[in-house]
Amino acid sequence: MNDIPKILKVAEVRTENPTVKTYVFRGYDLGATPGQFVNVWIPRVNEKPFSVAYCDDKEFWLTIAAVGPFSKKIHDEIKVGSKLGVRGPYGHGYTVPSKKHIALLAGGYGAAPMYFLAHEAVKNGCKVEFIVGARSKDLLLYTDRIEKMEGVKLHVATNDGSVGEKGFNTVILQKLIDGGSIDMVATCGPEIMMKGAMDICEKAGVPIEVSIERYMKCGSGVCGNCCVDGLGVPVCKKGPVMSGEMARKIDGLAKWHRDSVGMKIVW
Amino acid sequence: MNKTINFRGVKFPNPTVLASGILGVTGDSFKNVVRNGAGGVTSKSVWLERHEGHPGPVMMGTEHFYINAVGLPDGGIEKAKEELGKYLEWKERAPLIGNIVAGKIDDFENIAGQMQEIGPDIIEVNISCPNVEDEFGRPFACSTVDAGSVTKVVKKIVKNIPVIVKLSPNVANIGEIAKACEANGADGLTVANTFGPGMIIDIDTAEPILSNKVGGVSGPGIKPLAVKRVWDTASAVKIPIIGMGGVLTGRDVIEFMMAGASLVGIGAGVYYRGAEIFEEVNEEIDEWMKEQGVKELSDIVGKAVRK
Repeated sequence: MNDIPKILKVAEVRTENPTVKTYVFRGYDLGATPGQFVNVWIPRVNEKPFSVAYCDDKEFWLTIAAVGPFSKKIHDEIKVGSKLGVRGPYGHGYTVPSKKHIALLAGGYGAAPMYFLAHEAVKNGCKVEFIVGARSKDLLLYTDRIEKMEGVKLHVATNDGSVGEKGFNTVILQKLIDGGSIDMVATCGPEIMMKGAMDICEKAGVPIEVSIERYMKCGSGVCGNCCVDGLGVPVCKKGPVMSGEMARKIDGLAKWHRDSVGMKIVW
Repeated sequence: MNKTINFRGVKFPNPTVLASGILGVTGDSFKNVVRNGAGGVTSKSVWLERHEGHPGPVMMGTEHFYINAVGLPDGGIEKAKEELGKYLEWKERAPLIGNIVAGKIDDFENIAGQMQEIGPDIIEVNISCPNVEDEFGRPFACSTVDAGSVTKVVKKIVKNIPVIVKLSPNVANIGEIAKACEANGADGLTVANTFGPGMIIDIDTAEPILSNKVGGVSGPGIKPLAVKRVWDTASAVKIPIIGMGGVLTGRDVIEFMMAGASLVGIGAGVYYRGAEIFEEVNEEIDEWMKEQGVKELSDIVGKAVRK
């Protein structure tokens, strides 16, 4: 066992949209599966968890939205050739099915890890319905990449109707499920959206996997900061990806999470 | 075979106790640890007010050691009332140890009084965190006078339940400090907190890795050191001990008990074996007892010291 950070150089930086960039690391076999995450360390600043947006034996990507002081610092200061500490991968990821018809439901930044899952599922002979939702067109993520994928059909919903269907992406999921041929669903995005998807899937008897985000520190199931109520388990270890059945046992699902000292924060 | 341990009148179903600061943020998290077989649980160190921790990285490990400097983050006593309160219904199944911390000796009275009101089975006083220091820059646990004074202040207000003091291993005279706590009324001792502080440096960037630069060291590498601290303490005092430091297996638990511990804490072990460690360790203790024909586990407490 050893989870001391590895220092890796950024090989490429891609601007995805006004608030999101993808950092590519090459020549390192991270060994992550879709849904797993890494802790990224900037010496003398901080360390934060980020989900893996793509990984093979030669490279991996982290797609990072500038939402807080740490991610803004990454956007402002990390360039090609910059060094970052990386440790992980942590947690367990999504089931990668074989030869199934699956629907992936991504809300906002959730499109990045869902892209990784789509990539692996297609390799396993799956037919993929990829539903992406965002508040508006400029916030959509990864749609250009998804459109070009063989075996993947892109569906888009925006809250303001600036592109795709107007409204929630769960409406598209409902239609696909009603079609009767979806074998399983995986989702990543705001908890309220994932909860909506769980409700749709439970009614239809379709299995679903969700990714639960909580304030994480150690990544190893030790510090306890990411323990969810009800289940009492640390999601860095027993998640972040879990079945809808398990997620339903979380007290406060889509209602509250906890901050860096464990105080409840209502969503 | 009986693994029950009576610790100052508090009955633990087995000798394994969740150490403070591990999986201890919420009441439901304690229940999860007990479902995994822990004989008792210790809360994270509770402050009177909200207390921010350090930025990351705060903890990590290798096969040899675990190192942490989390900075005792906590929501304060009001949050503890809710979270520990949620656990109280499980006290019969596995007792609750409420751990308290304060920055000044006098502040221990208030936090101890409020912790007592919440209703844990035992209060553990953290005087050994490297993050909390006296006017000379030392944890209270490094001075016989300070250790004794904190014990006295807490005992003045906590009358109904046992008070145990968590000592620092980073002293030359743990026996003397243990005696000072005993003389001031401590009902038991926890031996011990993390070693060090230690440091890990990334050689590609020449940067200390923990944001706090230094952190307490635990895990398998420190186990022989911790066993000796328990032995020295057990040789110096009559009050019972919760021993800990690098416990990964049932045989480790037995080793600590033979050195004089009545109960044995597991902390970093969760990193190595998950929360499942409690059940696994208990199975390993069962195997050993069967193999050795030991019927009453409490009989082995201090067995190596008494020889």
